[in-house]
Amino acid sequence: MTMTDYYTLGDPVADTKAPDGPIETRWERRRFGAKLVNPANKRKLTVIVVGTGLAGGSAAATLGELGYQVKSYCYQDSPRRAHSIAAQGGINAAKNYRNDGDSVHRLFYDTVKGGDFRSRESNVHRLAQISVQIIDQCVAQGVPFAREYGGLLDTRSFGGAQVSRTFYARGQTGQQLLLGAYQALERQIAAGTVTMHDRHEMLELIIVDGRARGIVVRDLVTGEISTEFADAVVLASGGYGNVFFLSTNAKGCNVTASWRAHRKGALFANPCYTQIHPTCIPVSGDHQSKLTLMSESLRNDGRVWVPKAKGDNRVAADIPEDERDYYLERIYPAFGNLVPRDIASRAAKNVCDEGRGVGPGGLGVYLDFAAAIGRLGRDAVEAKYGNLFEMYERITGEDPYSTPMRIYPAVHYTMGGLWVDYDLQSTVPGLFVIGEANFSDHGANRLGASALMQGLADGYFVLPNTIGDYLAAGPFPKLDGENAEVAEARKLVEDRIEKLLSINGDRTVDSFHRELGRIMWEYCGMERTDAGLRKAITEIRELKAEFWQRAKVPGDGEGLNQSMERAGRVADFFELAELMCIDALHREESAGGHFRAESQTEEGEAERDDERFSYVAAWEFGGDLPVLHKEDLTFEYVHPSQRSYK
Amino acid sequence: MSLKLRIWRQADAADKGSMVTYQLQNVSPDMSFLEMLDVLNERLTLDGEDPVAFDHDCREGICGMCSLVINGVPHGPEKATTTCQLHMRHFTDGQTIDIEPWRAAAFPVVKDLVVDRRAFDKIIQAGGYISAPTGSAPDAHATPVPKADADLAFEAATCIGCGACVAACPNGSGMLFTAAKITHLGLLPQGQPERNTRVIDMINAHDEAGFGGCTNTGECTSVCPKGIPLETIARLNKDYRQALRAAS
Amino acid sequence: MAISGAALVLFLLLHMIGNLKIFFGAEAFDHYAHWLREIGAPLLPHSGFLWIQRVGLLVALAMHVWSAAVLTIRARKARPVKYAHRKPVQGSYAARTMRWGGVIVFLFVVYHILDLTTRTFNPVADTSQANAAVVQGFAPDRWYVTAFYVLAVLTLGFHLNHGIWSGLQTLGVSNARRERVLKGTAFAVAFVTCAGFLVVPFAVLTGLVK
Repeated sequence: MTMTDYYTLGDPVADTKAPDGPIETRWERRRFGAKLVNPANKRKLTVIVVGTGLAGGSAAATLGELGYQVKSYCYQDSPRRAHSIAAQGGINAAKNYRNDGDSVHRLFYDTVKGGDFRSRESNVHRLAQISVQIIDQCVAQGVPFAREYGGLLDTRSFGGAQVSRTFYARGQTGQQLLLGAYQALERQIAAGTVTMHDRHEMLELIIVDGRARGIVVRDLVTGEISTEFADAVVLASGGYGNVFFLSTNAKGCNVTASWRAHRKGALFANPCYTQIHPTCIPVSGDHQSKLTLMSESLRNDGRVWVPKAKGDNRVAADIPEDERDYYLERIYPAFGNLVPRDIASRAAKNVCDEGRGVGPGGLGVYLDFAAAIGRLGRDAVEAKYGNLFEMYERITGEDPYSTPMRIYPAVHYTMGGLWVDYDLQSTVPGLFVIGEANFSDHGANRLGASALMQGLADGYFVLPNTIGDYLAAGPFPKLDGENAEVAEARKLVEDRIEKLLSINGDRTVDSFHRELGRIMWEYCGMERTDAGLRKAITEIRELKAEFWQRAKVPGDGEGLNQSMERAGRVADFFELAELMCIDALHREESAGGHFRAESQTEEGEAERDDERFSYVAAWEFGGDLPVLHKEDLTFEYVHPSQRSYK
Repeated sequence: MSLKLRIWRQADAADKGSMVTYQLQNVSPDMSFLEMLDVLNERLTLDGEDPVAFDHDCREGICGMCSLVINGVPHGPEKATTTCQLHMRHFTDGQTIDIEPWRAAAFPVVKDLVVDRRAFDKIIQAGGYISAPTGSAPDAHATPVPKADADLAFEAATCIGCGACVAACPNGSGMLFTAAKITHLGLLPQGQPERNTRVIDMINAHDEAGFGGCTNTGECTSVCPKGIPLETIARLNKDYRQALRAAS
Repeated sequence: MAISGAALVLFLLLHMIGNLKIFFGAEAFDHYAHWLREIGAPLLPHSGFLWIQRVGLLVALAMHVWSAAVLTIRARKARPVKYAHRKPVQGSYAARTMRWGGVIVFLFVVYHILDLTTRTFNPVADTSQANAAVVQGFAPDRWYVTAFYVLAVLTLGFHLNHGIWSGLQTLGVSNARRERVLKGTAFAVAFVTCAGFLVVPFAVLTGLVK
């Protein structure tokens, strides 16, 4: 098949909201240019926020503080459970408290470069500017960041940066930041500005007269389907890493909210950009339900190796030094074990593909602390990594002080997401998308400690300032269930549930999800090829067809039915998976988290093709034949260069 | 290994519920406890039975969504470990395992092993926050915080709100949860202006939610997956006493 | 709970110390018993102080029982459905038996008053004969009285061990640094009280006190 059998080309798309001119003042000028909503009118305006992670929680709280009527939704039993809570490392901010040469411009520069020149300069610069305010805000809320003996905030350096700008709360920064946002949210709930709907799942977007006006939700406890109306809808529903079945995402993370919006006209940008984290605990068997990340900091002292010989089944201790291949140190002498995430991940895959992997199924490499223990002593290693070692032992039952850890890469974050303009508004008027759910700031690769920064920047500072420009035209006409477009959205949801429940096949939903994940990991994971992606698309389509014939979804739509919830999410993952593969197939270059085997340097490094691919691929839903809209990227301040870590 | 599972089944909040026995073969010692339940549910689904409903999300011990009283102990036999991080290698072949939901009036059962823990959110709503509207913050370094205070505050703030403390408490008290938040915010300079009202309002909310009173048995801290110490409750008591004195 | 408990603990300590007077001989003990009735004389009438003390104790006891009842009722309401399988993890035995322990101690106190205050159950009816009442009360043929006494005092010891520390925790006196010291103190007070009360019947049984 030729490319045009997979997609068609539509008109270019452009971000019309970002001012041009000096980048340092763009955000200020945009805020000045945006219309304001009179405080008395805010009370008359309703905003729906889907998701209560860092982005959604902080947005709902802040919109409530501003005086809007906010309706907040999450599928968990409490807004405090959102998966932002699991972020370990930290949050970047250009505070330059260390006096080590950091600045807004440097954070901007590092982020654009780290994103492999596939992000927008305007957005990234704004993110770097706001990073400073985020830390102030969180400290004022009582987030217990790590401090030095003088009582001032401590920072550490993190992958991809030469300055120390990462603020942290031990290995639980995400938890502490999320609880800060959660508490601000609960404060607004108590104040009556936010109404919370936990254990509710958004299943459809309601668009009336061309504007996003509400959502169809299912109460997961009672099974009741209801239509909820607002003057604007904000999606903060996170990333879609669970399309791979195994990922470091929470089990419930899903793409449904985004995908339903996409089907209703919101463009989906760069779906193929996924980040694969190199240091996760490997799969232990077919029962594996999720993967656990081990902090990247382990690579500071651990040495990565595999046996030199294929199929070497001896235990690590029996393999003599000269029969070990410290492949990262060998291939990348300058950075050694500290090469960026994508490179470390791919190198691990390569040695495992050669048959030199260790552990069950040969899908693992050793991360060995013997040298560090010999050099620093066991106590020093324990002081530094004790809690991580414990976590490893808890999961694997192996003692990493005496045998090397086994690690393997796992899907961790998705840079792609719904396309938004500078105001974080999607191509559907009134539909805003924030946090990991949008595509805006990380380009093709996200730097460590930048996800938390983006979620909070969007939620606390960007959206609350830009949404007013849209809402100034409101309130929009009142709606009820009689409206044809509302009724249609509701029917769509009811029919789909009915359809899922009536398949009554002979395979469980999880077995389909696992198989889909295997296809995606094999062909749309760390390394992608033209032939592999074509194969994947075919296989996904076949599997999707089989799903709708053979899936077994027990129970009914009344009351709590976790199997049915999963079935709906997996059905959407099938459609997303196709689009991811098509996006990956069309992007015949390597960039950040997207590595195309056909596009590499002689040394085997990722090679971008700026001539042909310096654009955002924003896809319009078209069933089997999506429509590609390109947004050209221009770089005025940071000039594209090839990354090299040798 | 093979196991005999006795699991609490309850169709919905109105149902009376009972323990139901299941035999499960071929359990791998490398499975997590929840993965073992996944396997059971796959089988139940194919057999045309209703799978067991249980709460879970991150499966890495931080979101606080998983629960389960396993053989009489909330989160099972391993210290400082959530159910999702508990692995089957801690059980033996042929063992009988009893699995029950958190039992508390404030946490009504939704279905099977799923309970409603919104009472905790209510306690936070009553004052478990620092009022700092977005944009109002001074520079982060405007107020230094002694490292010792920051570290202690952090320890208390690691509470994941799972509710194991309530499940374990013979009085069904949520005092450890409440105290963890009081301690976290009370140790920081930013938390001082609302310190007195916070403790009174949160304790009132705790009592109104139907939790029992604390008699310092210490069961809570011994099952807490994050090891929140009993000392936080003394701190809460002290704050409460001071707040009452300030109010009178 | 903590405040009424503190008053009761204070009384127990004084009562225990007073009891030890018996080792100074029958006359000294009877004199002590007599003196108790004459405290505050002539300002207070005969037994006036004792009645004030009894009223105080009754109020403290009522508060203590009332608080316990409130906590128990709350606990019952807070867990309407019991666990099919629930084993305590660490909780000290003392902490878990506070309620039944309290009931046992209370029943004992009732008996104790009927025995040695009103002498309803005591072979020695003359209330001026304190020493004789003790010696004959714990006589070997009345072994069941001694057994009940020992059981009650041991129960009281457990009750105090947890109760004293718990009270300090409730009053917010405890913290991470002090916790061990306070738990140690609670244990010491409980132990000394227990020992002080137990030594008397055993002294009677062994003939040390006649």
